[in-house]
Amino acid sequence: MPKTADFTKKIYVALIFIFLYAPIATLIVLSFNASKTRAKWGGFTMQWYVSLMQDETILDALGTTLLIALLSAFIAAIIGTVACIAMSGMKKKTRAVFMGVTNIPMLNADIVTGISLMLLFISLGLRFGFGTILLSHITFNIPYVILSVYPRMKQLNPSVYEAALDLGASPLTAFFRVTLPDLMPGILSGFLMAFTMSLDDFIITHFTKGSGINTLSTKIYTELRKGIKPEMYALSTIIFVTVLVLLILVNITPDKASKEKKNL
Amino acid sequence: MKKILSAFLISTAILFTTGCGAEEDDANVVIVYNWGEYIDPEMLEQFEEETGIRVIYDEFETNETMYPKVEIGAAEYDVVCPSDYMISKMIQNDLLMELDFERLPNAKQNIGTQYWQQSEGFDPGNRYSVPYCWGTVGILYNKTMVDEPITSWAQLWDEKYRDEILMQDSVRDAFMVAEKIYGYSMNTLDEKELSAAKDALIAQKPLVQAYVIDQVRDKMIGGEAAIGVIYSGEAIYTKYENSDLEYVIPEEGTNVWIDSWVILKNAPHKENAEKFIDFMCRSDVALKNFEYITYSTPNEAAKALIEDEEIRNSPIAFPDLTQYDNLETYIYLGEEGDTLYNELWKEVKSY
Repeated sequence: MPKTADFTKKIYVALIFIFLYAPIATLIVLSFNASKTRAKWGGFTMQWYVSLMQDETILDALGTTLLIALLSAFIAAIIGTVACIAMSGMKKKTRAVFMGVTNIPMLNADIVTGISLMLLFISLGLRFGFGTILLSHITFNIPYVILSVYPRMKQLNPSVYEAALDLGASPLTAFFRVTLPDLMPGILSGFLMAFTMSLDDFIITHFTKGSGINTLSTKIYTELRKGIKPEMYALSTIIFVTVLVLLILVNITPDKASKEKKNL
Repeated sequence: MKKILSAFLISTAILFTTGCGAEEDDANVVIVYNWGEYIDPEMLEQFEEETGIRVIYDEFETNETMYPKVEIGAAEYDVVCPSDYMISKMIQNDLLMELDFERLPNAKQNIGTQYWQQSEGFDPGNRYSVPYCWGTVGILYNKTMVDEPITSWAQLWDEKYRDEILMQDSVRDAFMVAEKIYGYSMNTLDEKELSAAKDALIAQKPLVQAYVIDQVRDKMIGGEAAIGVIYSGEAIYTKYENSDLEYVIPEEGTNVWIDSWVILKNAPHKENAEKFIDFMCRSDVALKNFEYITYSTPNEAAKALIEDEEIRNSPIAFPDLTQYDNLETYIYLGEEGDTLYNELWKEVKSY
């Protein structure tokens, strides 16, 4: 009896993984397909990867995407962490209100966020371009940072910080030498989460970008009508691998940190 | 602390410099908003070299995503390339600038008369738009999978081809097929005609393998279906990949779609925009674009330059429009019309 239960469990897990990864596997296989159509297998080729590296518009878009993802995740990590520190000093009720407010952008449909940001930027008279994309990415990244830093904040033992003060550290030194290192795993995973969210985003970028600037997702989307170029399969494969590596990193970091704590 | 602070300062500095970088755009540029993959990139370079005008090039994927950006004016654009019905909507909403054809000699000279006539449907008097690409909607079928040549939309209702039929998953294209069978206009707003078309689509539903858009191309090449509704530009490519495929314009008539250049009313660089459009109408440039895009060009002078006789005389790429007397082009139906069609389409899809 336990054996069959074990067997069903395995099949169940296998099915879930097939459903999740079959589309991605298809895409990866197609990126090596020498024929342009997905209906025919024209033999193995690396030509799409080569022509991808020579396509300036795609590489431009890739550069913009990475720059925006890095900058927005970095800035959001700082703002989010500061917000968490402030929230930990609040009364319970105010904190609940603040938590709710920061969660709204996450629950909001992207298209609503995108259009409202666009209208806001217009009324402010901002010029649409790199700056507006960056601002909107920071906006939607902050909640993810808070979401991953705040639980960490709650686990902190306030006595350690107070002990540092007692031993003569200034509040600033105590924060940077004691609190921040303790928060780091949370901040890091928040940063990585924000990074991947920014990498992914299409709809908000679409509404807040100016003419002549593209991120990868907006670039890929414009190709829908004429059929997506195989170079994009190649690029998506590369991105998938990158994100996979990032996710593995995110999942490993907290483990390591908690182990280190135990060893102490 | 210092590290973080300096990193923050650097990043804000980058933000500001790139922000300011965009300010110098007021100089000699033209901002173009076109469909994705809808121009030979070399032609943009050539335009820049010949005129010294820098092109800021941006792309959209559907008329519907282009429209709000242009209407609200979030990003500045000079030249846009919308489709027929969207142009009539933009004319109605006063977004377009009237063109001065004295300044567009190539356009006047090279674009064929029949395309100007066809444009009258959505741009009466040809005042706002210059045709860039066009095509028809028709039936693509696999010769080895059907018993007789396909000639009519009605054959998409043939019980024989159950689960072998691909329909377009878009309101107007689906209704167009049903409306044409009854001989109605595809821009009809008559309730009786629309409900008849709706009933026909519902009756057809069990026979349809799938409602798709660009998968028609791949599915037909792979032999996954026998008959599909497709745009002519795609048909040329599918025939090249699979020689069993044949494209036909059904005898009941069909939609002739046209994508045209227009200049926006609030365009910041109107003169450059005119130069850009006229450059695109030059025969050698139009030829290069045709070879890249493979959608039919309305540029007669460019067509004459096509070396491959088979393509030049291809009934798919360049059908003789005068042979059909029931061809139409979509026009904007107004907000109420759009809602009506969408409601009926929802009924079909959820039936």
